[in-house]
Amino acid sequence: MTKTTTSSQDPYQVEPWWQRILNSDLFYDFSRRPVVVLSAVMTLLIISASMLAPWIAPHTPFDPASLNLMDGFTPPMEPNAFTGNVYWLGTDSQGRDIFSAILYGARVSLLVGFAAVGFAAILGITLGLIAGYKGGWIDTVIMRIADVQLSFPAILIALLIFGITKSLIPRELQEQAAVYVLILSIGLSDWVQYARTVRSSTLAEKNKEYVQAARLFGVTWPRILLRHILPNVMGPVLVIGTIGLALAIILESTLSFLGVGVPATQPSLGTLIRVGNEYLFSGEWWITIFPGLTLLVLALSVNLLGDWLRDALNPRLR
Amino acid sequence: MIAMLVRRIIQAVLVMLVVAFISFSLFQFVGDPINNMVGQEATQQDRAELRERLGLNDPIPVQFMRFVGNAVQGEFGISYRMARPVSEVIAERLPATLELALVSGVLAITLGIVLGVYTALRRDGWFSHFIMSSSLIGVSLPTFLIGILLIYIFSVELQWLPSFGRGDTVPITDNWSTGLLTVSGWQSLILPAITLGLFQLTLLMRLVRAEMLEVLRTDYIKFARARGIRQRSINFHHALKNTLLPVITIAGLQLGSIIAFAIITETVFQWPGVGLLFINAIRFVDIPFMSAYLLLIALVFVVINLVVDLLYFVVDPRLRVTKSSSSR
Repeated sequence: MTKTTTSSQDPYQVEPWWQRILNSDLFYDFSRRPVVVLSAVMTLLIISASMLAPWIAPHTPFDPASLNLMDGFTPPMEPNAFTGNVYWLGTDSQGRDIFSAILYGARVSLLVGFAAVGFAAILGITLGLIAGYKGGWIDTVIMRIADVQLSFPAILIALLIFGITKSLIPRELQEQAAVYVLILSIGLSDWVQYARTVRSSTLAEKNKEYVQAARLFGVTWPRILLRHILPNVMGPVLVIGTIGLALAIILESTLSFLGVGVPATQPSLGTLIRVGNEYLFSGEWWITIFPGLTLLVLALSVNLLGDWLRDALNPRLR
Repeated sequence: MIAMLVRRIIQAVLVMLVVAFISFSLFQFVGDPINNMVGQEATQQDRAELRERLGLNDPIPVQFMRFVGNAVQGEFGISYRMARPVSEVIAERLPATLELALVSGVLAITLGIVLGVYTALRRDGWFSHFIMSSSLIGVSLPTFLIGILLIYIFSVELQWLPSFGRGDTVPITDNWSTGLLTVSGWQSLILPAITLGLFQLTLLMRLVRAEMLEVLRTDYIKFARARGIRQRSINFHHALKNTLLPVITIAGLQLGSIIAFAIITETVFQWPGVGLLFINAIRFVDIPFMSAYLLLIALVFVVINLVVDLLYFVVDPRLRVTKSSSSR
């Protein structure tokens, strides 16, 4: 046998991972839908711009030393009356560059969103796996709690958990803990979706032969759940996670807007909108509208991506 | 049917008891109620006496029963922040929230069904496409952002409508004053009602559209057409009627959400309802108010869920005949 030197002729050569992605049905479907491609581009753009905020933002908006009060209330794209500085998206009452503030704000929103989704997913998947695999009273208890929680809107549950947690934390620590409390309350308000989906897939998987074989070998149940069942129930979780991210970002900004989210020293998009809202009536529209538009574009793009993913991964629609 | 009804009611009572227990635990674990009531100079003995007098030394189950007993009679104690009985404050502010929720609910249901039917019948018209794509934005827009945009357009730029408050109100009974009888009341209501109802409107519209498209494909619609029944009659008597079951479910459940989402709308428009009070209660950790509001909202949700379940039996005759095996 002669050795083949070119990889393209070798039928057993495994394609590199990016080649596999590019050749997949999912990618083909993706590339045929301009709206979905645009949403993906916008999402990636906002995520990367906000993660790189310290390097690409023209100003450091939350460093008081770099602010000049004379620059306050500069309209977008117009030179300031006193200093002559031009800001793309204008400045707020303290001369903060709105564009930089949005970059840093989106960063907080996205971090809280991702962390909350991660927390909700881990909690929901764990409980769903256990409920589906173990059955019996554990299943009943977990799913009853899920049913009750599902009949209340997430915002109410998040508000309640936020209120309780906040009152348990000493006053001087509240400001630092606010982000974690927020992640906790959004995550706890959103785990039910994951638990229900994972439970029903687990019920279907647990009687299949590969699981029975694993059980015969004497594999312990936590290991069966993690190594055998979990990889097979992750598909729907991905879809719920994407749509959940949009929901978490909206929920976070809503809580921050209501004044019960992150503190003003570390503003998210919602906080920026709340602060800017006070100036809406005096005509400084840009302080609110630009963060609002960013939030809208972000939520809309992630939503569209999630919708597409749900349809594309659903075999019944093929 | 009766067995099902009884089971549902027992379930509802259980949920209420769980929520009551959460409300009750708020008092137990968050702060010391005695510290909230006495001044700095109270002696240890005063505190012990007050503790005994308020029954805080009784076993937890006894205290819980007392809490439930009081709650059933609408007694929730004194608000820490406003120093007034919570029940009194809520009774005063509830009409504003209920009026807002009612108007936006009616708006969402009527417009949602009308637009849903329209977009289903004229699938490929440009107006349907326009409505469907804007509904996607409507789902992604957070409620508070809708409110801010509406305020900016209609109050700040055009100056057509007021941006906060309820306008003039007219008292009907002792503690129910309505804004629905004055011009300024209606003017103040328009923007908040749209803000609050928009999400539910888009949701219902998309649901009605999907259900209509499903039903219009079925055989009995084809046969109705073959029988020569007028298209109009087919659309509304045959098709729409059969889409109503899921619509009633969602509409009912959304009614509860409207009351909950009123928290956001009331904050944006400074609407003097219960939701605005609740946000302030959370900020100031006003436990009696928080627990009362929690119980109130839970009651609303439980009652709505119960009514929706019962409506199934009224709307769907099949459920009355077959044994009620499925719970939902």
